[in-house]
Amino acid sequence: MSVEENFVDIRNLSVTFTGGRKPVKAVSGVNLKVNRGEVVALIGESGSGKSVTLRSILRLHNPSRSKLEGQILVGGQDVVAMSSGTLSDFRGKVASMIFQEPLLALDPVYTVGEQIIEAILRHESMSKSEARARALSLFERVRIPSPERRLDAYPHEMSGGMRQRAMISLALASQPKLLLADEPTTALDATVQIQILLLLRELQRELGLSVIFVTHDLGAAVEVADRIAVMYAGRIVEEGSTRTLMRSPRHPYTRALLKSLAHGSVSKGTRLETIPGSPPDVSALPPGCVFADRCSLALESCRQTIPEIVTISPGHGARCLRLDQTDQPV
Amino acid sequence: MNTHTTQSMDITPHAHADVGGPTQPLLMVQDLIKHFALPKDILGRSSGVVRAVDGIDFAVRKGETLGVVGESGCGKSTTARLLMNLTVPDHGDIIFDGQSVGSKELSLKEFRRQAQMVFQDSYASLNPRLTIEDSVAFAPQVHGVDKQAAIDRARDLLARVGLDPRRFAERYPHELSGGQRQRVNIARALALQPRLIILDEAVSALDKSVEAQVLNLLLDLKEEFGLTYVFISHDLNVVRYISDRVMVMYLGQVVEIGDCETLFESPRHPYTRALLSSVPSMDPDNRTEEPPLSGDPPNPINPPSGCRFHTRCVHAESVCSTTMPKLVTDAQGTGVACLMHVVRSGHSAAPLSEQEAA
Repeated sequence: MSVEENFVDIRNLSVTFTGGRKPVKAVSGVNLKVNRGEVVALIGESGSGKSVTLRSILRLHNPSRSKLEGQILVGGQDVVAMSSGTLSDFRGKVASMIFQEPLLALDPVYTVGEQIIEAILRHESMSKSEARARALSLFERVRIPSPERRLDAYPHEMSGGMRQRAMISLALASQPKLLLADEPTTALDATVQIQILLLLRELQRELGLSVIFVTHDLGAAVEVADRIAVMYAGRIVEEGSTRTLMRSPRHPYTRALLKSLAHGSVSKGTRLETIPGSPPDVSALPPGCVFADRCSLALESCRQTIPEIVTISPGHGARCLRLDQTDQPV
Repeated sequence: MNTHTTQSMDITPHAHADVGGPTQPLLMVQDLIKHFALPKDILGRSSGVVRAVDGIDFAVRKGETLGVVGESGCGKSTTARLLMNLTVPDHGDIIFDGQSVGSKELSLKEFRRQAQMVFQDSYASLNPRLTIEDSVAFAPQVHGVDKQAAIDRARDLLARVGLDPRRFAERYPHELSGGQRQRVNIARALALQPRLIILDEAVSALDKSVEAQVLNLLLDLKEEFGLTYVFISHDLNVVRYISDRVMVMYLGQVVEIGDCETLFESPRHPYTRALLSSVPSMDPDNRTEEPPLSGDPPNPINPPSGCRFHTRCVHAESVCSTTMPKLVTDAQGTGVACLMHVVRSGHSAAPLSEQEAA
């Protein structure tokens, strides 16, 4: 397959944290492909392994306290096997990340402009004034008002939405091809969140970026993503185009999640459908399907073997043994 | 277990007494103000105040759920803290069932027995060194219930919120999940048989599947114990689901209040309209194309003059920057603070007569 088709190809990725009393397998056997110019959302609840998967793509986990297994191919290069020098060139230049909390991700003692210029000069040889000119054009591109003045501002001098715009321009400083976004709008207010989501969508189209967007907010995912992968307890349980997943979800977890949402159409006074119990402890995963304990369709066989991914239609797959029971609309 | 509940539920026989009758609002707030002074500069000059809550009036009726929405910095959490007197208001009256809070008829301690609060951070609001049954049993003991009765009641309440006391009563907060801890906080809030519960982002930190469980629990408890809720949240979908009436705040003021469905179906204030259409659509074929507002909410330290929303409002005219619209509520408790709805306000869209306004 060409690089165009699978610009990102994660193969059987497992991440185990070994720092605690017992090892925690936060991600087990994730496969994910992202084409050039495609936006894929990884959604799931806290502890589902979505952020851990994302951070693995830049190898941000402390190597002395974590173990990566499998392959993460980005543009044909395996990130897991990279030397530290190659990794430094890869970070920012090929793939870069925006985080949930820009105030923590930006350095408080340098101006935002200095940080962007540093990032540009790390990867390209140009003069400082040329780098500043590019930083300025990035600020204009993400529509920061009075960009010239804001380049000399410190992160704490900006509002939340403006900081998130500044971080996006920092991430785009060296013209990466892959943008990783870890809950980029979760900390923002509703009226600002929608601005940032639309900005990301617009930049992605203009620059032809591949984007992996991690969120727990299904609504945000629907606004930007071409495809959605649903994670639960360290595994991708269902994957498909945004439309397919919203219209005809097949995995019992995805279906239950959609039903449990309180949104506009739910009439008052009716009880919400809930998923009983809580997600399993990832340090002691059950041998079979990770959702079996909370699933109304679970059989004995579900508890014994991990279901393989079943292809329902091209590009739509789910890890479930009882797909014959889930073809009704939600 | 149930027989036990009825026995131990009487701290004082008049704990539940309805003083003002059914038409008296349970809570009335009049001209509530709280300004936080910023630290003085090195020359001791004042560097301004944060107008966190700047003159709000509203009423909470008996048995209803009043949703409070708004963005960060709009004063919704400060309002909650002022209601409980956790932050002392600069000005304003809080009247609980016809009696002024802090007056002779209703002391602060007595008020706090009837009004309880649940916070967003379920972990920070529990004492880490108390088992959860001790946490739930603590307040009744402060109010004079003997220890064994208080613990028996705590166990009943834990069972009621879905935590089997045999499994959970002796655990510590760190041994529970976030959803379970929030259930403990709800049980603790119920321990004094309050009439009013203020829920400040109480489900916001929970995962969606757990959030649905807790929302269902809140609905059940409301019915069972005849509670009144003030439900503060930034999640508009959840507020729409749970509220009977909704109050929208912007920079320390109430911009609109009214019946929940009416407000969501036909919002009248331009800010309410923008806020509601900022919610992602959940429909892949009908994505949002234009952000309804640009920029961030202004700083509450130096809020804009006149109508506080005029700097971001598409309908703003020159009169909006000079005249502050007042929130006027009608008999149904519906109101909007916008010059476009005030007779002869000087705004070109304003009604010219009372009939037109109606």
